[in-house]
Amino acid sequence: MHQDKNTEWRVTYMNSDKLLETRDLKTYFPLRGSFLQKRRYVRAVDSVSINVDEGETVAVVGESGCGKTTFARTVLLLTHPTAGTIKFHGQDAVRSNQYYRNLQIVFQDPDSSLDPTMKIRDIVAEPLLGLSKLTREAVDERVAQVMNEVGLGNDMLYRVPRQLSGGQKQRVNIARAIVSEPKLVVLDEPTSALDASVQAQILNLLLDLQTRHGLSYLIITHNISVAEYLSDRIYVMYAGKIVEKGPTDDVIKKPRHPYTIALLASAPIPDPKKKNLLGVEISGEPPSAIEPPLGCRFNPRCPLAKELCRGKEPTLDQISENRFVACHFVGETA
Amino acid sequence: MHLETLLNPKISPNSAPTLTDKILEVNDLSVNYQSSRGTVHAVDSVSFSIEPRRLIAVVGESGSGKSTLGLAIIGLLPTPPAKQTAGTVVYKGTNLSDLDREQMRGYRGTEIAMIFQEPITSLNPVYKIGTQIGEAITIRDSRKTKKTSNSQSPKTKHDRHEEVIASLKRVRIPDSENVAERYPFELSGGMRQRVMIAMALAQKPSLLIADEPTTALDVTTQAEVLKLMRNLMDEVDTSILLITHDLAVASQVADRVAVMYGGQIIEEAEVNELFDEPLHPYTNGLLACIPTGSKKKAKLKPIQGSVLDLRETYNYCKFAPRCPYVMDKCWTTKPSLHAPRQEHRVACYLHE
Repeated sequence: MHQDKNTEWRVTYMNSDKLLETRDLKTYFPLRGSFLQKRRYVRAVDSVSINVDEGETVAVVGESGCGKTTFARTVLLLTHPTAGTIKFHGQDAVRSNQYYRNLQIVFQDPDSSLDPTMKIRDIVAEPLLGLSKLTREAVDERVAQVMNEVGLGNDMLYRVPRQLSGGQKQRVNIARAIVSEPKLVVLDEPTSALDASVQAQILNLLLDLQTRHGLSYLIITHNISVAEYLSDRIYVMYAGKIVEKGPTDDVIKKPRHPYTIALLASAPIPDPKKKNLLGVEISGEPPSAIEPPLGCRFNPRCPLAKELCRGKEPTLDQISENRFVACHFVGETA
Repeated sequence: MHLETLLNPKISPNSAPTLTDKILEVNDLSVNYQSSRGTVHAVDSVSFSIEPRRLIAVVGESGSGKSTLGLAIIGLLPTPPAKQTAGTVVYKGTNLSDLDREQMRGYRGTEIAMIFQEPITSLNPVYKIGTQIGEAITIRDSRKTKKTSNSQSPKTKHDRHEEVIASLKRVRIPDSENVAERYPFELSGGMRQRVMIAMALAQKPSLLIADEPTTALDVTTQAEVLKLMRNLMDEVDTSILLITHDLAVASQVADRVAVMYGGQIIEEAEVNELFDEPLHPYTNGLLACIPTGSKKKAKLKPIQGSVLDLRETYNYCKFAPRCPYVMDKCWTTKPSLHAPRQEHRVACYLHE
């Protein structure tokens, strides 16, 4: 019965099967400086276009400072985009009052994302309070149901976060994210603060919830193996730009952008007979987001860089049916 | 020419150890933490040894006691609350557990050095990089002359500067003259960790303890730093004890791997053997937890349950509550490390 009440406020959209679509999304942060100088910006997200279909899992992969978390925050409208559009079911998200109801997030750090003074029950119930007009009983019932789904007993309800282990806290985070039955959950490094054995439990939980509720996931991660395990499609981000996109299996099996190749080679694999790590040939650090290198942003570190790469910025071009790569010399990586 | 002589392997003040000599032997080491809510048994009867020019990885999840083990070896346990309750740490024949604080200082840095996860907390924010590495070199030289007592001519400022630059070059820092003049906050995380390695190795230790040295770094930087550590081992003739939570990292760089659980080493073997034929159910479980491939192929098999409360004392196998192969015997007595195979030790009744 409460189920009906729950779904009452949810609006069904028709028209587009693209659940989320960002186009040329830019997020710049202005820098302080003398008023005589030209205004300078940190170009954290610089023209990023992605789309997430219904029931799909999309990963945005990159290293720290590449802008992936700012991108996630912009998608959630926690940071306002400088330019570009975010569309949800074909409607402009910035003006839509339905957007927040269909979008939730699981943050990276389970400690700082839970209010230490609130009881678990209240933390999980909070999204329901703003979005629906449920009675207290209905809220209790829904919270109990969600807690059960994420594998936490009802004895947890009246504890506070510090009484929980890291894995349990992340389960609470997930419970809070799904309690209002969103369509899309943004997972910002969902397991990077967790131990290996707990990480595996959480990854399986995320998969179970997805099958059960038909959720879409947008995963932001630096961990290639997590992205490979969970996602259907992958976007590789470098210095605020998408440098490669395609179906996860294809990208992992046959990366084409020199950065993707280096990134995959740097991810340690648990097999001493394949010592991939000691053969990595990339050096240097990601560039400054204030004055990124001219031309291709990867050119100072790229083994293939030529004159053209220093002069002209490559566009994200289609190289085969579903594959897009932003590299002038993509022919050489085939 | 001058640089090359500096980069040459060190001349050890002690007689050079042969390959069969052990650099370090840890016997039956136990460490407790006293807390207001009971005694935490962080390290529980740990024994292992390290041979020259070998990289041993200690792998474990948080709370397994791996960092405490590292601190206990170098004598940096925060006492109180920590206390070494049993066992010995023997370095090149000297029992470090017998030494007083002043004597122990003579070993720290020049014999056993340590680097930590967050290099920014280990570097002094108000001194230039070059000054800090120079200090390490001064300390090394003063100890060396004390030991050998042959009066070398003291190094000039210029010599020291040359050596600072050489040690920065050794860790492949580009533009090292410039970097020596900078402060820690001006460097990136990867550069800072390289400075830490440069500083540790400038003192020419025989053993370098690296506690999660690449955990805070990006994967491409991690790959570089690990590669560097591996290459420098032979160059400066040192052994490395790598403490990590990441089995994949251990598989890539280690010669030998010890897996810790609940303060104990539960399995130890040469790297190929451990990954080919892990014997302990926990090691097996950890390997099954690492996602390799897509969800479409196979679901992960996580280890059930969670880590145990180390405030209790256990007279049974600590992994029994989570073990899929648990037997009656596991609940009554604690399995001890034994070697069912050559050079492969495991603490489990499945392999008696």
